[in-house]
Amino acid sequence: METIKVQDVAVNDLPWRIEYHAERCTRCGSCVASCSFNAIEVVVQRQSMTVSEQNQPSPVRRQLALAIIKQKKDLAYMCRGCGMCERVCPNNAIRPVRNPDDRKALLSRDNGPIKRGGRTNLNAQRTLDSIIVGRISQMTDPALDSVRHTFDIRAPFGRVLSPRELPLTVSGDKLEMAHRTPPVRWIYPLIFSDMSIGALSTRAWEAVALATAYLNEKCNLPVRMSSGEGGMPVKLLESEYLKYFIIQIASGHFGWNRIIKAMPHMVTDPGGILIKIGQGAKPGDGGLLPEAKVAEHVQAIRGVPKATLSSPPNHQGLYSIEESVQKMHLSLNAAFGFRVPVAVKCAASATSVAVYHNLLRDPYKICGGFFIDGIQGGTGAAAEVSLDHTGHPVVSKIRDCYLSAVRQGLQGQIPLYGGGGIGLTGNAAADAFKMICLGANGVFCGKVLIQLLGCIGNEKGRCNACNTGKCPTGICTQDPRLVKRLDVDRGAQKIVDYVLAFDKELRKLMAPIGNSSLPVGRSDALVSTDKAVADKLGIQYVC
Amino acid sequence: MCRIGAIKSKVPVHPSKALHLMLPQQEGYDNSGFAMVMQDLYGVFSQYKDKPLLSMACTREGARLVEEYMDKHHFTQLAAWVPVPDKQPNLNIEALPFYIFRNYDYPEFVKEPEAREALLLDTRLALRRMLEETGEGYVYSFWPDVLTLKEIGDPRDIATYFHLWDDNGCLLAKNIIVQCRQNTNYDIVRYAAHPFFLQGYTLCANGENTFFTKNTEFQKSLFRGYIGFESDSQNFLYTLHYVLHELKWPISYYKHVITPLPFSELAQRPDRDVLMTIRQSLAHLEINGPNTIIAGLPDGRMMTCCDSKKLRPVVVGGDGEMVAISSEVCGINEILPNRDTSKDIYPNEREVVVINQDLEVERWKQ
Ligand code: SF4
Ligand code: SF4
Repeated sequence: METIKVQDVAVNDLPWRIEYHAERCTRCGSCVASCSFNAIEVVVQRQSMTVSEQNQPSPVRRQLALAIIKQKKDLAYMCRGCGMCERVCPNNAIRPVRNPDDRKALLSRDNGPIKRGGRTNLNAQRTLDSIIVGRISQMTDPALDSVRHTFDIRAPFGRVLSPRELPLTVSGDKLEMAHRTPPVRWIYPLIFSDMSIGALSTRAWEAVALATAYLNEKCNLPVRMSSGEGGMPVKLLESEYLKYFIIQIASGHFGWNRIIKAMPHMVTDPGGILIKIGQGAKPGDGGLLPEAKVAEHVQAIRGVPKATLSSPPNHQGLYSIEESVQKMHLSLNAAFGFRVPVAVKCAASATSVAVYHNLLRDPYKICGGFFIDGIQGGTGAAAEVSLDHTGHPVVSKIRDCYLSAVRQGLQGQIPLYGGGGIGLTGNAAADAFKMICLGANGVFCGKVLIQLLGCIGNEKGRCNACNTGKCPTGICTQDPRLVKRLDVDRGAQKIVDYVLAFDKELRKLMAPIGNSSLPVGRSDALVSTDKAVADKLGIQYVC
Repeated sequence: MCRIGAIKSKVPVHPSKALHLMLPQQEGYDNSGFAMVMQDLYGVFSQYKDKPLLSMACTREGARLVEEYMDKHHFTQLAAWVPVPDKQPNLNIEALPFYIFRNYDYPEFVKEPEAREALLLDTRLALRRMLEETGEGYVYSFWPDVLTLKEIGDPRDIATYFHLWDDNGCLLAKNIIVQCRQNTNYDIVRYAAHPFFLQGYTLCANGENTFFTKNTEFQKSLFRGYIGFESDSQNFLYTLHYVLHELKWPISYYKHVITPLPFSELAQRPDRDVLMTIRQSLAHLEINGPNTIIAGLPDGRMMTCCDSKKLRPVVVGGDGEMVAISSEVCGINEILPNRDTSKDIYPNEREVVVINQDLEVERWKQ
């Protein structure tokens, strides 16, 4: 009997197993070439066969040496289930199959915590799916016609003053503005959320940027895209298109050197500034760009050498919310002459309401938006323990913040944007609509965009290899051979088409509840089939 | 569905005129109630136009409680009109034992107009709270030169009960705003019947406000008098009061608050900065849904406008002596048959029509 070393990793320890049909395989080698994770290899296998080729039985035993495709028994080269081999195989001879008995979580901590990208795989529950748009306008209060009527689908981005604070003076029968008010931009209620160049391949980032510009210029939808930490190409900073972008500043301040240098050459103001304090996928954890992904152009944009780039978990020097307001908000507001709204993004947390209160009460009135990022948000790289075990769902958090503003009569003054799992099941319009009814002014999404570009990762452990630099779809890697797999134009077109459908679907939801402008806070339009959800959110329970 | 109407006349008219305005439109409502606010009163109240008039319906105990409260708070009774009802059998009316319309003099120490306005409001709110707690009655308005009558039942029978068909010279006014239906969306509550009244502002609405929750949540924190919310039409009144009385903005901005121009149109306007700021800061007062409103202002002017999707009609017609506003033209035909109908105004979705004290019609586009 052969000796078995049970500590050795076996194929049946891995999360995905390769189902290979040697009899269909023509040995073209395409699968091996396409596997960016090096998870499969060509090996020569000895086979013995007994054949009989005469009229009478005359069995002969033959030894054959056959080339076959075999999965590697190595955690470093484990199959990610991305399915590229299956896509490329002309004969349906190979495909990955999920292994229900995998032991990866146990075995792969030899070099410290498990790292990966994607979303939480543990807390992907869908509160929004137990909520239905249940108040339908009929009879005396007729529904609108989603095609015939006009809809005003815009959300504020910027600090809104309370009516009594407005610098309006009466002159005759007209009101006049005595002085200007904080900048507010009315934008499309779907923001393309911050994914940096670095986390994404430049080409993938470009595809999203291209879609943004197209939606603005050709479709009249003022969609804004957040740059993500790490800056933007100088050419874009100095172009007219800058107005469609929200520039992000995160705790590493990466890229700001170049942004500041570009400022005198800017021909227009950016769409906004987003101070990133935290991220829903890995709250309390800084940004992480593994060395493998710090390619030359990333080094150039960020102004860094080739090394793993870790942003600290917090902005150094900010000890309190007041300070954050004074230092960061004020200086960023001042940098653009108080013409550009400055918003802040935090990970959803048990303390979000307190943070929102402080922002609402800030005497300078310079926080132009509160972005709450829930646990179901995606990331390019994080420790799995953070992804799966830290964070806070965003749905009830948006509701809590909205209602706490209502209690003080301050709703709408700092626009609320919710993200983290918007479009998790592909239905971003329904998710957005429900979030808006619960009190959000708009939503932001990221993962769904790269999924439109071609990312095949999901919340059931498929791929999630964004941290490796080996993204099989060319989205999350700087490897030029992999990036070639991404067709930028077709990717951008996919995003544009999706947003156009999103817009139509929003109308389809606004029409039956009889609203031509966004139903922010219209919780009466929602019902839930889950009693606990209904009670928590203060909406009707139905069954 | 409901129908709303209003009369503004140079010569004081009886409430029967308002009933004649409404009855031809009864296919559109369900005859479940009658409610009217009269302003600029003549008849029994002509001597006391500057003294606050309390309008209430209550039990004997309610009447006693109110009297006690008013005495304690230094209001002096001046005059009262307590209708002696015509209690014919088979009248469809859910009458309460007492209907009290009583003028008071202000407490001596309250002299400033603003202090008086505040006192009248606080007194009405206190009385309402007290009567609500004990279940002994309803107080509808407490304001100089304003009378409110509301009851559940068939409007014709209610009129009979209060002798409104008699035209006996007791109740007369130059302005009447009227409506003939209870709010049937929920349980019937007397407070839910419009017109609603607050500090000189009266408002009646036909339609639906799909932003009821959103408006209500915001209004609750704006002003202590914004209470009740038994009907979504109260949102219209409170916003009117907030824009004109609290923010003291010109009347033309009311429409910009309740049905703001779409962003694409706003961007083309020379006054876009002001309008955008208003839309931003008062986003929670936007009214979405089909509706028409008729409002009476403290200075006696009347206003009407309808929603921006134009799903509820309203028409204004007059003959120089009287102007009537009504959901349907058949009502106006009944009381002003000889007017020049070519001068009737059917306000469009962006229009506001105001009728001033001389019955001149002012109209403008938002
Ligand atoms: S599924 Fe992906 S990772 Fe697995 S073998 Fe195929 S190509 Fe490689
Ligand atoms: S396909 Fe690329 S972006 Fe998507 S999960 Fe895999 S590595 Fe990440």
